Amino acid sequence: MRALLTVFGKEFRENLRDRRTLLSALLFGPLFGPLLFGLMVSRMLDQSVAESDEPLKLTISGADHAPGLTRYLETQGVLLSRANFDESQARAAVRGGSAKIVLIIPEEYGPRFRAATPAPVLLVADSADSQTRKIADRARAVIGGYASTIAQLRLQARGVNPLLAVPVAVNEADVATPTGRAVVVLGFMTYFVLFAVLMGGLYLAIDSTAGERERGSLEALLSLPVARSSLVGGKILATCAYMCISLALSLTAFVCVFRFVPLEKLGMSANLNARTALIFFAICLPFVPLGASLMTFVASFTRSYREAQTYLTAVLLVPTLPIAFASIYSLKTKGSLMFIPSLSQHLLMTSVLKDEPLAALDVGVSAAASLGAALVLMVLTARHWRRETMLG
Amino acid sequence: MIEASNLSKRFGAVEAVRDVSFTARDGEITGILGANGAGKSTTLRMVYGVLTPDSGRASIDGIDIRGETSRARARVGVLPHAAGLYGNLSARENIHYFGSLQGVGSEALAKRTGELARILGLEDFLDRRAKGFSQGQRIKVALARALVHDPGNIVLDEPTNGLDVMAIRNLRDMLLALKREGRCVLFSSHVMQEVAALCDRVVIIGHGRVLADATVQSIREQSGTGSLEEAFLRVLGDAEGVS
Repeated sequence: MRALLTVFGKEFRENLRDRRTLLSALLFGPLFGPLLFGLMVSRMLDQSVAESDEPLKLTISGADHAPGLTRYLETQGVLLSRANFDESQARAAVRGGSAKIVLIIPEEYGPRFRAATPAPVLLVADSADSQTRKIADRARAVIGGYASTIAQLRLQARGVNPLLAVPVAVNEADVATPTGRAVVVLGFMTYFVLFAVLMGGLYLAIDSTAGERERGSLEALLSLPVARSSLVGGKILATCAYMCISLALSLTAFVCVFRFVPLEKLGMSANLNARTALIFFAICLPFVPLGASLMTFVASFTRSYREAQTYLTAVLLVPTLPIAFASIYSLKTKGSLMFIPSLSQHLLMTSVLKDEPLAALDVGVSAAASLGAALVLMVLTARHWRRETMLG
Repeated sequence: MIEASNLSKRFGAVEAVRDVSFTARDGEITGILGANGAGKSTTLRMVYGVLTPDSGRASIDGIDIRGETSRARARVGVLPHAAGLYGNLSARENIHYFGSLQGVGSEALAKRTGELARILGLEDFLDRRAKGFSQGQRIKVALARALVHDPGNIVLDEPTNGLDVMAIRNLRDMLLALKREGRCVLFSSHVMQEVAALCDRVVIIGHGRVLADATVQSIREQSGTGSLEEAFLRVLGDAEGVS
């Protein structure tokens, strides 16, 4: 135990002096997620505010053929810019980006409108552009509004009750709570938290194994009267310590970011305050030794820093797999999934975000499964360190 | 005292060491001489117990290195072929790390580090980070690290590699000082002059076997020329004939 603590102390202190470790453990790892998040969410916010406030801009061609429609659009606050396009010119303009969407009113509009047969208009837009798609939806809605007003007037003029044309009235009720809606956005967040955990220990796991070999200090270390399990234990413990620091920083950063990002304006409320951050920390804590022993285990097989980096970068992606599965199949928190590390942490954190109560059993199973897997990996790592091939 | 008896080791199809036996006594410097790839490092690695022999045994002061690894290792200081330091730690911290892993108490450690720094001439760079050390400085610190627990036996694998003339001379003086203190010094080298100048006994290894094991004096006499170089070549020549 004394040897284990000696190894821990030395690894902790040595890496505190290493710029590479510090950058990845205390800067990139924990801050990458929150910053990306803050940016993403504020951009979404800007967009949605812009969309609802900004008047709809529409390029109209052949406005003279439909004075009624044109007037209606203007009273609805649509900013019209007149042009004289045929269909192919309009397509080119939209594709080239000189106009977002173009409304073409053909000559036959007038006669057909007067004859009360469907009067054609052509809306040219690019649906591959998510922004134009929204504008096109708005344009369609406004034109649809005009059409239904005309329809009602025509029915009334013929002495028919316009309500006859509305056999079914669809009412919608959206049960998504503001927090629930936020979860879609915050779903990624749990991954960034787990990413910060792994990133925090990445360089220490490399330095204490492949680094030891590359430096040529490994053989001297292995010839000391110290059990290999103590060496491995101390190294994994030091990696855990860095991971915990990274996790704490990451959660702190998330809390700060969400204090400044006004999620309420998006109709969401983020349930992320100091208290939830502490719960997150507790949920992720059993994942820390698992991540540390997984990384140390993998890095123990590599011969050089570079090789270790290659393999451990792949390890960084491991926790994404279950989370990706979870979102594809929209898995909900349930007992059997608690046996899968990283997925269980993701689901538990999501539950906390949704303000759902946590079942003590779920939390317990999640922690036990992660710690169990960590223990297995630690034993395997120690066994590998006892082999002669460790010398390289 | 270090004893190796009938050590053998294969790596796959390669028989690296075959039936190697020798004894390195206290108060003597024993040299293992052999060409590159002759099996010197493999032999030493079995002696300090990081490799397990396929057959035979090695012991430190009579303690079996496989049977009571920790107890045996506590009695030996090792300077392996690759004697890297932790670049982000100072020389002192490097020495302290190994000292506390050897179980030396902190007070004794401070005292011992001071002694070693004086003897090995580390005082000027004791508190500098090891990152920028010269090869000579690095070997000195690695030697201090190997001696921090005051072991009765020292094993050094090609310690003069990469050292300049002055540093080699320093190292030679240090090994002689260790011998005078009554310690058992075992080191390997492929440089004959080094062995001739320093050793009391020499074990010549070729193709994984012991070709000769005698005092430097008697090898000279056996060859009849008085020159160790002649003697060495003659021994190797016989070996070629054998194998």
